Amino acid sequence: MAVLHTTNKSPLQTRDLESCLRLTRPGSGILLMEDAVYGALRSTEASARLAQAAKDRRIYVLGPDLAARGFTPEEVIDEVEVVDYGGFVDLVAEHHHVQAWV
Amino acid sequence: MSDTQANEGGDRKVKRFMFVNRKAPYGTIYALEALEVVLIGAAFDQDVSLVFADDGVYQLKKGQQTKGIGQKNFSPTYRALEDYDIEKLYVERESLQARGLSPDDLLVPVRVLGSAELSVLMDEQDVLLSF
Repeated sequence: MAVLHTTNKSPLQTRDLESCLRLTRPGSGILLMEDAVYGALRSTEASARLAQAAKDRRIYVLGPDLAARGFTPEEVIDEVEVVDYGGFVDLVAEHHHVQAWV
Repeated sequence: MSDTQANEGGDRKVKRFMFVNRKAPYGTIYALEALEVVLIGAAFDQDVSLVFADDGVYQLKKGQQTKGIGQKNFSPTYRALEDYDIEKLYVERESLQARGLSPDDLLVPVRVLGSAELSVLMDEQDVLLSF
C-alpha cells in the first residue's frame, strides 16, 4: 500500500506542493485540499507541473474546497480526479499512512 | 460640525488608507479580517481603497459556494462595499493573468492596473495595511 500525501497551500504562493511532488514516489496518492486546490486548475501556471507528476502518481482534489473558491470540476485538468469527503475517507483507508505537507 | 465640513476643512485630515489583499479566501482568516477592518475604516469617513494582488485576486472570484466546507461565504460583502462609499477596488493585472482570470470572472467591477501603476498609487497613501 502506498502513502497518501495531502497538501493545503496555494502552489502560486508557496513551494509546498513542489516539495511534495519532489519527495513522493511513483505510485503515491496526492490530495490537494484547501488553498492547494488552485494548483489543479487548467487556468493556472502550476497545472503543467501537476499534469507531469500525474503520469506515475494518482492526484486528487477535494470538491467542496473547489466549490468554496468558486470553481467547478470542469475547470480542473483531466489528470486530476475530483473527490468529495467520502472519497477522502476512502483514500485514507486505501493508503497505509497519510503524510500532510502543512 | 458636520462631517462634510470636517472632511473638507483642514481641522480633521482625511487620510488615505490602502488595504493590500494578497491571500486566497477560506484557507486562512486574512481575507475575512481585512474586510472587517475595511468596514471600520469606512465608518470613520476615511479615503479607503483596496488592492487585490497575488492569491488575493481569488477573493473576488465569482460563484463561491461554501456550504460544503461549513464556512460563511463572505464574498457578497465585496458587492456591498459600494454602499459604504468604498469604490476604489484595484486588481493587479499580472496576478490575474498568472491565474488565467479576467475581470469577467470577478464578482465586482474593479480597475485593473499593472504593477508599475499600482506601485505609484501605493506611494501616495498615508497608511498601507497588509493582509
